[in-house]
Amino acid sequence: MMKKHYLLLIFILGLSQNIFAQIDTTLFRRKPISDSAKMNIDAVYSRPFLQVGRTPLGVGGYAELNTNYGITDGVGEGFSFQMRRMTLFLGGSLHQKIKFMSELEFEDGTKEINIEFAALDFQFNNLFNFRGGIIVNPIGAFNQNHDGPKWEFSDRPISATQMLPATFSNVGMGFYGKKYSKTWVFAYEAYLTNGFDETIIDNESSRTSLSAAKANRNRFEESSNGKALFTGKIAIKNRKIGELGLSYMGGIYNKFQDDGFILAPKRSLNVFSIDFNTTIKKTKTSIITEWAWVNVDLPSNYAVQYGSKQMGGFLDIIQPVYKKPIAGFPNSTFNIACRIERVDWNIGKFIETGDKIYDEVFSIMPAISWRPIPSTVVRFNYRIQKQWDLLGNPPSKTGVFHFGVSSYF
Amino acid sequence: MSFKIAKQNKMKAKYTLLSIAFSLFIATACEKLLPVSPEDSEVLDGTIKDLTTSETAQFLRGDVAFAKVFTANTGLGPLFVSNSCISCHAGDGKGHPSTSLVRFGQNDETGNKFLMLGGPQLQHRAITGFNPENIPSGASHSTFIAPSNTGLGFLEAVSDADILALADPDDKDNDGVSGVPNWIDLPSFLTPKSNAITKNGKYIGRFGRKAGAYNLFNQTVNAYNQDMGIISTYSPNDTYSQEALDPEVNNTEIADVVHYLQTLKAPIQRSVESVEVKAGKELFIKNQCAACHTPSMKTATSPIQGLNNKIFAAYTDLLMHDMGKDLDDNYTEGSAKTFEWRTTPLWGLGLAKDSQGGKVHLMHDGRAKNIEEAILLHGGEAQKSRQKYAALSSKEKQELITFLESL
Repeated sequence: MMKKHYLLLIFILGLSQNIFAQIDTTLFRRKPISDSAKMNIDAVYSRPFLQVGRTPLGVGGYAELNTNYGITDGVGEGFSFQMRRMTLFLGGSLHQKIKFMSELEFEDGTKEINIEFAALDFQFNNLFNFRGGIIVNPIGAFNQNHDGPKWEFSDRPISATQMLPATFSNVGMGFYGKKYSKTWVFAYEAYLTNGFDETIIDNESSRTSLSAAKANRNRFEESSNGKALFTGKIAIKNRKIGELGLSYMGGIYNKFQDDGFILAPKRSLNVFSIDFNTTIKKTKTSIITEWAWVNVDLPSNYAVQYGSKQMGGFLDIIQPVYKKPIAGFPNSTFNIACRIERVDWNIGKFIETGDKIYDEVFSIMPAISWRPIPSTVVRFNYRIQKQWDLLGNPPSKTGVFHFGVSSYF
Repeated sequence: MSFKIAKQNKMKAKYTLLSIAFSLFIATACEKLLPVSPEDSEVLDGTIKDLTTSETAQFLRGDVAFAKVFTANTGLGPLFVSNSCISCHAGDGKGHPSTSLVRFGQNDETGNKFLMLGGPQLQHRAITGFNPENIPSGASHSTFIAPSNTGLGFLEAVSDADILALADPDDKDNDGVSGVPNWIDLPSFLTPKSNAITKNGKYIGRFGRKAGAYNLFNQTVNAYNQDMGIISTYSPNDTYSQEALDPEVNNTEIADVVHYLQTLKAPIQRSVESVEVKAGKELFIKNQCAACHTPSMKTATSPIQGLNNKIFAAYTDLLMHDMGKDLDDNYTEGSAKTFEWRTTPLWGLGLAKDSQGGKVHLMHDGRAKNIEEAILLHGGEAQKSRQKYAALSSKEKQELITFLESL
């Protein structure tokens, strides 16, 4: 009852203010970025917010929905409609130098509800800021900059979701900052957080899967093994050339001790990623790419399905082809785009035969998108994909059409 | 003003045309860009004919259960060989050496002497916190790669009488080929067929390289327990502690997997009308290969219509044969001798490479890297056939192999 009254009060307060205004709509990748100093590290705040009058509170979010029709080797499930996700942002400034930002995500309706981000930032100066709370580990660029309306494709990259854990967030703290010059911008992030657990090498996908650790809700309460996970990223941007990022995530993932007793050797994982993005000024062609390597220390004689080495990434090319006012949208833009991606979940050779271990996927996804406004994208994608099993048997072939919308609100 | 309207109309027409062209492109693309099913004869997956809707539904449930991956949290191990059925039977075909298993502890018909030391199967993997098994000192052992799953329902539905009719333990026809059933003890959870034939309280085994399993139910329950460390009410003892524990898979799921195996289609022969294939088949019979790899069998009465009184070509007699000393691993099951092996069905041989990573790994442990190598490893009762093969011209050898690859 109290909760209802509280919500009503907020609503009335909002109405009485009557001065909602949309701000900061200029930071979308697909339109010319007015501030050439913005980088992936800034993605947390590079979102459109509705500000409640002159209060320091900002609210926002985005939603993604699509329909798809796919066939694998001649067999499909017919049409499906998906409400992939709805994400709510709530942030505010408590002080000129203290900010709070949160991101609550509902995936597939209410199938998954996650607090992806909820952190307090103490902004001392450009180069030195403290962040603590639930943090998205900044491994790769997609993990930092994953909002659906910023991308021309309904599906997130395979490497960023099924190899690296997309939007993998953890409780922790650390520092970040930027340094500017006339031509260059340098940025860094470094955090210690709770980390992974043994589900990464014992899960229902039957392959080494960092994403499997996302199912462990306890990671917001305690570390699975009492050891912190380090995630760090450095990025450098030439305002004319583009942004290059190098990131690392590593730590002990297994429960090697319990009640003071040693149960197993400490086993570590190391993840490296390199990412680059640029927009060619002459043609306005955007290029976004990311490649990552995963190394996991496995017990000896472990099931061959679980690989100790993985690698994968994607390359997106986006070309605006028609930018003219249409149907009352003065900044309407049509783009053609293509994503090429590959993941190898198990790099190595079979001990028994000396043959290559497969477990790979290769996909090409041409796309047409329409952005009536920069923060809204209507996308039509077609994915053709080949996936090889562990042994390298003839690949399964998949073709999928997606049509959907993603928009900030 | 009129110029502006004309220009707008022109633009509208342009967009309409573009929209129509785009829609046509999409409609065409939908037809052309979606991958089609491979030919039935090119894959091992698929059902037998004439399944009812409820049988089809159970097949699909079994398919899902067959692919289910077990983890430590869902019962895997603590000792295991692999974590799912499908990991050893990719595409329902023959297995790969990387998922082979080792059995140990029995070298004559008096039974396995190492049951209390982890026999008969080695679980060489373990979940974290446990040590995997090693072969006990003094135990003989043999390595097995997983056989193909397809057409197993047909083999199960053959009557004992028909199998015995193919046996010739005393080689009365004097062709050098005998063939005997592997008489095995039934586990307590099994109920024998109503028309089962027994000998000294033992029953005819027909599944596995040594025909050590009575039927697909027996095979499935053993695989859950011995391969994955999954306990069922039928086989309640944990392979690590040897203690009876609560089941980790329910009986319905096991029944679904058994039904899935029973109703997987038989491999379909390809290029049947090819001159080379026909010539190869003639050589196959002339060289006496068909004395063990029986070209035709029939099922008895079956409650599943698609298996009821059907003639099929598995190229096996389901009997044990002396295969010579080169294939004698000094390990056996049931009443079989260590040098005896059940005749492997040859159907699906031509598709083996599509489940074994583009190469074939033939014979019980995958030691043969092509069909010719496999033929030349045949000894014992198959010695004469091997010699006849060796005496063929290159053209004839190729015809014979082409025939085998068509199966």
